[in-house]
Amino acid sequence: MSALHIAIIVPFLFALVIPLLYNKVPKIHTGWFVLILPTILFGYLLSFIPTISSGETVVKQFAWVPSLGINFDVHLDGLALLFGLLITGIGALVVLYSVFYLTKKGEALHNFYFYLLMFMGAMLGVVLSGNLMVLYVFWELTSLSSSLLIGYWHHREKSRYGAQKSMLITVTGGFAMLAGFSLLYVMTGSFTITEIIGQADVVASSALFIPAMLLILMGAFTKSAQFPFHIWLPDAMEAPTPVSAYLHSATMVKMGIYLVARVSPIFSGAPEWFWIVSGVGLFTLFWGSFNAVRQTDLKSILAYSTISQLGMIMSMLGVGSAAAYYGYEGGYTAATIAAIFHLINHSTFKGSLFMVAGIVDHETGTRDIRKLGGLMTFMPITFTIAIIGAFSMAGVYPFNGFLSKEMFLESMVHALHITDFNMQTFGMLFPVIAWVASVFTFIYSMILVFKTFTGKYQADKLDKKPHEAPIGMLLPPIVLASLVVLFGFFPNILSHSIIEPAVQAIYPTSLTGIDHFDIHIYAWHGFDSPALWMTISIIAVGLILYLTLSKWQKIYQFLRLHKKDPINYIYDGILDKLVSGSAKVTNLQMTGLLRDYFVYMNIFLIGLAFYTLYHFDSFGVDTTNVAPIPLYVWIIVGVVAAAAIAVPFINNRVASIISVGFVGFLVSLFYVLFRAPDLALTQLLVETVTTALFLLCFYHLPELRKEKFKPTFKWINVIISVGVGAMVTTMALSAMSFGNKKPFEAISQYFIDNAHDLAGGDNVVNIILVDFRGMDTMLEILVLGIAALGVVTLIKLRMNGKEDV
Amino acid sequence: MEILIALLIGVLFSVSTYLILTKSLFRVVLGTVLMSHGAHLLILTMGGLGVGSAPLLGEGASSYTDPLPQALILTAIVISFGMTALLLVMTYRTYKVHQTDDLDKLRGRLDE
Repeated sequence: MSALHIAIIVPFLFALVIPLLYNKVPKIHTGWFVLILPTILFGYLLSFIPTISSGETVVKQFAWVPSLGINFDVHLDGLALLFGLLITGIGALVVLYSVFYLTKKGEALHNFYFYLLMFMGAMLGVVLSGNLMVLYVFWELTSLSSSLLIGYWHHREKSRYGAQKSMLITVTGGFAMLAGFSLLYVMTGSFTITEIIGQADVVASSALFIPAMLLILMGAFTKSAQFPFHIWLPDAMEAPTPVSAYLHSATMVKMGIYLVARVSPIFSGAPEWFWIVSGVGLFTLFWGSFNAVRQTDLKSILAYSTISQLGMIMSMLGVGSAAAYYGYEGGYTAATIAAIFHLINHSTFKGSLFMVAGIVDHETGTRDIRKLGGLMTFMPITFTIAIIGAFSMAGVYPFNGFLSKEMFLESMVHALHITDFNMQTFGMLFPVIAWVASVFTFIYSMILVFKTFTGKYQADKLDKKPHEAPIGMLLPPIVLASLVVLFGFFPNILSHSIIEPAVQAIYPTSLTGIDHFDIHIYAWHGFDSPALWMTISIIAVGLILYLTLSKWQKIYQFLRLHKKDPINYIYDGILDKLVSGSAKVTNLQMTGLLRDYFVYMNIFLIGLAFYTLYHFDSFGVDTTNVAPIPLYVWIIVGVVAAAAIAVPFINNRVASIISVGFVGFLVSLFYVLFRAPDLALTQLLVETVTTALFLLCFYHLPELRKEKFKPTFKWINVIISVGVGAMVTTMALSAMSFGNKKPFEAISQYFIDNAHDLAGGDNVVNIILVDFRGMDTMLEILVLGIAALGVVTLIKLRMNGKEDV
Repeated sequence: MEILIALLIGVLFSVSTYLILTKSLFRVVLGTVLMSHGAHLLILTMGGLGVGSAPLLGEGASSYTDPLPQALILTAIVISFGMTALLLVMTYRTYKVHQTDDLDKLRGRLDE
């Protein structure tokens, strides 16, 4: 176990101490203790940058279940390091922010930080594990802790709804992903990611390639809120804002991106991968940005914006996968570089915007943009941060969002050069959707800033008088906004240290020797760059549309999108149908009537028996060994049958008891005829006692209703009972003929030969009962004893004054 | 003779199944009694009928009937007797407590 393993485990261990700290040190906000951990981890991970950027990969092994190939291996490459830094870095800022956001009084801080640390550890586990099964375990832990955090204010119904929704959707995806991982194991015999990548050609030629790809993408799409699984993200906004900032913008929702990037070396190059990843990404980009414009809640805007931006990153990863098909010189790697760069940028500006939304909420009491306005003068610092974040998101110079948006547009235009994958037919959609979505992105970014901070200040609609937030609360968004500006002006500080190793992890087989990707991010591409003109037109059209917003916003009502995302109707419908449908099925089948269950059992039994006989062609009547039938047997059989058949038709209880007793006595006559004296004796005795019992039982029920039986006749019952009889007879006859075909020695000859010599008795049946097979008899006595006790208890039992059952 | 007895066993099973499917608890108990008769006869029949004398060695016969099914049936008779007795008393208690032997009325609550 190495230090990296400990880095993953330490948040979990620390989480255990949290309740203790919360209770023992109530004077200090628990968040201050928590803050130490991500800061140290961030520093620790930073120390890996020189190693990783030189192209090395840190691998530490730790056996967990080696017999199943499941090992807790840590695999730190560029991609893992990038995510690790995001998780710990933004984690530290979020914890600092939450110290000021959540008050000591009235908040269950120990729960909050427990879940948060659990989440942090799980996230580190996901990105650092080199084994798919371990990755899956941590993946589900992030789903679990995320749901706990969304439902943090569990007294609110909406929080519980959001938590349940995110849990159901992400866990569904998680299960699909597990199935995909299992298929990969079937194909390659390994759970280790590097080993599977090494066998990528085996996977590509396998028939399971497409199912495994779809299942794993299902996991990635649900986690990263891609269409149509995006619906959980807007509802997850019921979580406290630090949680939204951390989980639902910067880290957890990027797990799907991480997974797609991580398994890219296995799947990319296939047209299906290209189309699904980039197609779903582009549509999500459009859908998210289109829906963000109609939102009136700050966090809802940000949620749809996150969906849209995640779609954008996803589409870039999809386009970048063409490089695996065309080779790495074709320029498609630029899309992947853009994806990684935008991933970093998005974390910085979206994190800061969420914190801004939280500050606005905290200082005014609302997040509704219809109530907000004119806050600029009250909160100048927050306004500045919001401007930086929103302009970066909109893709305006000089912020980092501008650079990655340029690269995005450029790679979408470059995707037109792809000549395979049916791109001639649909390729034009790529830049068109990208352009349209960017226009909407611009509009909602403007809404976000200007509807909140400029315009008329509506004092009457706000609960409290707004003022600037405390410095501790402002510090984290300031740090993030500074990064936005820093990466905007000096993007190349990241390119060699972080982005290049990450891209290298996505294209592990592309580089040979000391070769490396030449990544240079420029703000200026020259007048011949299509991206420049696209950006200019986006800003121009976006501005016009923003200024005329009230005129065309009716389109959402026209499209019936103004209430909620239509996918929600499908989700709620499915949930309702599942509940009501299973209730229906249960009510249909669980009637509570003993008779119905007997009907099911017997129908199943008859079906199974006849099907088996038919399937193995085992019907048969064999007359070779049968004994001749004397006349008196015919008579007795006829009488027994008549007596038995009469029982259901008798309307009188005593008469039916006598009829059943009659059958019993005649059965003992059979035992006489078939030379079983002991049986005949016992049967006579037992039958007498049973009949006496029946009559006694009947006699001792004076308060019984006087009415006679009025048995109702039902055809279904007749059919089933005749079926059971036919089944027993058929099976008996078939068994006999089968026994004649394959005869084998009966064991009874041994008993007959040895009863006298070994056991010293002449009555073979009795010798078997008490000597050869005495154990049966002992237990049978036990059965009788228990029955007797039961009888006595039932008769004597009186629950006085209590429940008399 | 085995074929004839097999048919009789079929009749016994049919009648007992029909009784068990009715809604009177009392008749269900009668049904179980008939079904155990059928099962006992089945065991005996499957062991083969009508060859040799009773398995008593003192007789000095040349062949005996199979003693093992007889031992098995003897055990089964006693056990089914115990079961019948217990079922009967349970029926009796059910009458006492619920004043009915109609299985439809003994159904209990819907939400169970």
